[in-house]
Amino acid sequence: MSENDSQLEQSTPQPLPPHPKERGAFGTHGSGDTSGFGGLVRRVANPANLAAGTPRPYGSYFDGVVDTLSESVDGGIEKVVVDRDELTVFVARDKLLDVVTTLRDDPTLRFEMCLGVNGVHYPDESGRELHAVYPFLSITHNRRLRIEVTAPDADPHVPSIVSVYPSNNWHERETWDFYGLVFDGHPALTRIEMPDDWDGHPQRKDYPLGGIDVEYKGATIPPPDERRRYS
Amino acid sequence: MSDDVTFTAGVRETTEGPVYTVSGQDWDAMTAEIVGNERVVVNMGPQHPSTHGVLRLILELDGETVTEARAGVGYLHTGIEKNMEYRTWTQGVTFCTRMDYLSPFFNEVAYVLGVEKLLGITEQVPERASVIRVMMMELNRISSHLVAIATGGMEIGALTVMTIGFREREVLLHLFEDLTGLRMNHAYIRPGGVSQDLPPEGLDKVREAIVWLRRHLPEYEKFCNENPIFKRRTVGVGYLDLTGCMALGMTGPVLRSTGLPHDLRKSEPYCGYETYDFDVPTRDSMDSYGRFRIRVDEMWQSLHIVEQCVERLEQPGPVMVEDKKIAWPAQLSIGSDGLGNSMEHIRHIMGESMEALIHHFKLVTEGFRVPAGQVYSAVESPRGELGVHLVSDGGTRPWRAHFRDPSFNNLQAVSAMAEGGQVADIIVAVASIDPVMGGVDR
Repeated sequence: MSENDSQLEQSTPQPLPPHPKERGAFGTHGSGDTSGFGGLVRRVANPANLAAGTPRPYGSYFDGVVDTLSESVDGGIEKVVVDRDELTVFVARDKLLDVVTTLRDDPTLRFEMCLGVNGVHYPDESGRELHAVYPFLSITHNRRLRIEVTAPDADPHVPSIVSVYPSNNWHERETWDFYGLVFDGHPALTRIEMPDDWDGHPQRKDYPLGGIDVEYKGATIPPPDERRRYS
Repeated sequence: MSDDVTFTAGVRETTEGPVYTVSGQDWDAMTAEIVGNERVVVNMGPQHPSTHGVLRLILELDGETVTEARAGVGYLHTGIEKNMEYRTWTQGVTFCTRMDYLSPFFNEVAYVLGVEKLLGITEQVPERASVIRVMMMELNRISSHLVAIATGGMEIGALTVMTIGFREREVLLHLFEDLTGLRMNHAYIRPGGVSQDLPPEGLDKVREAIVWLRRHLPEYEKFCNENPIFKRRTVGVGYLDLTGCMALGMTGPVLRSTGLPHDLRKSEPYCGYETYDFDVPTRDSMDSYGRFRIRVDEMWQSLHIVEQCVERLEQPGPVMVEDKKIAWPAQLSIGSDGLGNSMEHIRHIMGESMEALIHHFKLVTEGFRVPAGQVYSAVESPRGELGVHLVSDGGTRPWRAHFRDPSFNNLQAVSAMAEGGQVADIIVAVASIDPVMGGVDR
């Protein structure tokens, strides 16, 4: 925990891990141990989340979009990550509604469509374990943009944007169902995929996949989540 | 309970009031005797022949008029996204192809494009592999639209449309089997290319299928376009205008039925779509009839693209990236003892190259590593924008794989399309959305 906190507090951008080509696509380094148990180090699931963000200029239409957003919304943007020609804007959750309203209404942005919301669980990022990721599409300008909001496990609340983008109704229900993220202000936040009386939120990383041993020609094969892992 | 209850299946008391089960032929008796003029809440599905799979509709009726309609989903949830987190990136294809089972190639391509973007090898995918992907997707678009038209026709009583629809689809499924080995759930498109090159006589079979489709596709237009019964059931039914489509995030034929020619193949071309000649058909009737006409027009456009693909595929070439750290090593072939790795490959790894053996072993057991990060890749599936959000932690398995399935999103429009209309029109409205529950619930 404390190790992780110090990572969060660092303000200097952290370098991304080397491309697999630089360390071998099979990930062997050092002893060449192939058992999968040799390299037991604590990993940060997505280093881009902890880094301070991409420095300007971002390139393409990204600079203009971020400028317009930061002018319209006061202090809502935490950081901007440009990776693989995709723009991700991390937004403080209390500013989310302002940001998406601007995205929809500003004529220079005009992101008509929010293509749902997707949860991602990073148990190692203390204080920001749950991420809600919103892909946006502007048909007018033919642009895409991703908004990312984080919430701690202890307080899994994110404002609902159904009032701005009605299409997110079911998507937010799905993310609540799978991650336990509470979308405040949603008209009817109920489970959508799992049965109503289900315990737990199955896409979280602390929720086991389940499964039983299978016997095949005398050998016993463990369920997928108990097999040897290489990463 | 009074003794004069005539319906057969009975009634049971619940905390919300009595729940009546009608079993057919007894609807009049029930409404007259028990309900009178009160509003009725009807549960339709999830096991109902005209709800396109296990879709549950909860309808509040005032006579024959629907005052409120809500869709219930989740009956086909299989946890595909969760399962993918426990398999290699390559094995993920085998899972996601099973989501929207009417358009497996689109699921595969959307996912594989995301993986390739994460790997940074989008540019290295061989030309021939991209052309094969486009050909498969467009043939798949035809077979998917055929089912949409066939089942939609069946649900309004046009049984011949159903039988001919499945007849043509069968031709395409046979073709898929010839080309990929499987009729459905192909797992044919893999990160870096496709799993196998076309078989020697593959292109001839595609040409035969094109000839068949060119002869039989006009039948749908002849059966339906000016058929007065068909038009009375579909014209003005399932109405959703552009404002509604935008608010509800609709894509695909429903959006194009408002006249907006939004198609990802044109606006954000992938797999080289910008090099093909095709049009984006639209209608401005905003109803089920317009969506039917769009689907028929799209089948013709797809056929046109397939013909261009066949032309390009006459030149041989590689179908997998050259990078041996990513390309799936083995090729399957049929030997005297059944399907297995090709003898040529076995000879190579067992007798010639130690590196090839190591690559084979490592790729098959561990899989390749994908640099950490996240991407969103989208393709124009027969039902609209199929988006994939992939997160990698730098390992051999996805940290998160999420599919934005168009059916899931578009089903939200059932309420807007159905409320205020007749009960029978709900069926037409749902059919015009063409939801596939395997994709909705994943």
